[in-house]
Amino acid sequence: MPLLLFIALAVVPPLASMAGQAHVTGLFARGMIFALAALGLDLLVGYGALVSFGHAAFVGLGAYTVAILGAHGIHDAAVVVPVAVVAAAAFAAATGAISLRTRGVYFIMITLAFGQMAFFTASSLAPYGGDDGLTVSTRTTLFGYAPLGRDVALYYVIFAVLACAYGLMRFLVASRFGRVFRAAKENPVRVAALGFDVYRFQLAAYMVSGVVGALAGVLLANATEFVSPAYMSWRRSGELIIMVLLGGMGSLHGAIIGALAFLLLEEWLAGVTEHWKIIFGPLLVVVVLFARGGLVGIGAALARRWWRG
Amino acid sequence: MAEPILRLEGLCKSYGGLDVTDHVDLEVAPSGVHAVIGPNGAGKTTLINQICGLVAPDAGRIVFAGHDVTHRPVHARARLGLARSFQITSILPAFSTLENVALAVQAHAGSSFRLFGRADREEVLNGPAYAALVEVGLGERAHVPAGSLSHGEKRALEIAIALAMDPKLLLLDEPMAGTGREETERLVHLLQGLKTRLPMVLVEHDMTAVFELADHVSVLIYGRILASGPPEAIRADRQVIAAYLGEGE
Ligand SMILES: Nc1ncnc2c1ncn2[C@@H]1O[C@H](COP(=O)(O)OP(=O)(O)O)[C@@H](O)[C@H]1O
Ligand SMILES: [Mg+2]
Repeated sequence: MPLLLFIALAVVPPLASMAGQAHVTGLFARGMIFALAALGLDLLVGYGALVSFGHAAFVGLGAYTVAILGAHGIHDAAVVVPVAVVAAAAFAAATGAISLRTRGVYFIMITLAFGQMAFFTASSLAPYGGDDGLTVSTRTTLFGYAPLGRDVALYYVIFAVLACAYGLMRFLVASRFGRVFRAAKENPVRVAALGFDVYRFQLAAYMVSGVVGALAGVLLANATEFVSPAYMSWRRSGELIIMVLLGGMGSLHGAIIGALAFLLLEEWLAGVTEHWKIIFGPLLVVVVLFARGGLVGIGAALARRWWRG
Repeated sequence: MAEPILRLEGLCKSYGGLDVTDHVDLEVAPSGVHAVIGPNGAGKTTLINQICGLVAPDAGRIVFAGHDVTHRPVHARARLGLARSFQITSILPAFSTLENVALAVQAHAGSSFRLFGRADREEVLNGPAYAALVEVGLGERAHVPAGSLSHGEKRALEIAIALAMDPKLLLLDEPMAGTGREETERLVHLLQGLKTRLPMVLVEHDMTAVFELADHVSVLIYGRILASGPPEAIRADRQVIAAYLGEGE
């Protein structure tokens, strides 16, 4: 199924241009960016039962790295990406070190608080547009070349980053590290009694997740050519959680499907009626409440039924 | 006596006004089974929890394998070689039986900050894990989810997990709790085999099991050590009979 998903994503641009619907490529590009952020979040929510409600802060951090460095004439990925990664890892280390001392609702609230802190910090960056945000005049270059100039090229860069991140995450959750992390979700006391410092494992996963979010942010700034504090708002964080739940948490490809479904559904409903939010909200609630495994779970159940005849 | 593997000095813990651990001094020999018996609510589990680090004592000292571990976290004590089973089964239900044990092997087999390679395929982890499962009689059940094991099998799994940690001391909190006669006998037999190579602290209600296994018995009542000595002496102790043993027999 994940393979089919990536094949489908790979053929979007040619199909879209054949159908004369080039804007669909842009829509899927944005979808994949959020899929990347949701993928990182799924590591925490799905594999660690750590519901981080401030994940948009990392996306914003990545996006602002592009915009702020860009405002100073630095556009090259060789600088932008490492800076974004280090900034996100540092922010994750600092906020995670505190948040991970708490559990359950407290964890949700404290990550939300850190997310809001990032949001207000961005809003107060007067030299960089404050509340209004700022435009990204030049897309990120790679060693002086400008491979992201064309939208289709950008699309495939996003695609490649998403595919790599997915592959790395797969390895990660199956590794020794991932096994300890997954076990800590089920029974942290048992895992500690085995001799594992659960906190360290969770902090490392929190940092990985934050870095993935920041990479999504770097791509987002390139795709929209604009950044604003809204990227970091708690609503964005909430949407990322919903994407993970909608697709089916703890499966990785579920997060990707959830993010794509979320954006496509939003786009489609917004085209059908201006009161789309009245339908969209309850629809999400129904899927999340009644299909515990999300869309992936529904798909698996249908496949089983069909298989049996 | 040789240097004790575990020493408790003046350990105290109270919840509200209730003294659950009341100036407990205890020495556990580096070999054999040291049983801790006492009625429900005597503070046995709380004592075990303090030894392994899940509960912080109000006062006193815990010395394990020559280290003062009073203020060390749970995982650090486990790394020093302290393994335990839980009175209320504490396993990873969604993991396979084998993986439950393999994770315990992993805990002392090199680094766990390894981000690549499938952990569930690592022979260096699965081999010893499987051996521990065979030892407790769960070899056939290696690949089923641990959550689907019977109660008795889960108790055996707890012991396999503790064994796989290759510990210096095993703390067993009522390993026979809730198991049937036959399973209890199997567990007693298993522990009898283990006691030759591993010292244990055994908290247990089943007096037959205790007197079959123990080399030393301490009686805990209302958080206090009422008596401590060889099993024959404890069985004959007037105070103990009056306070505890008498009621059941
Ligand atoms: N976290 C706690 N808070 C308050 N009281 C507790 C707590 N844990 C145990 N107790 C009380 O301490 C006493 C001893 O409990 P426990 O150590 O579980 O006894 P045992 O294992 O000997 O049956 C009981 O009266 C119990 O209610
Ligand atoms: Mg108890």
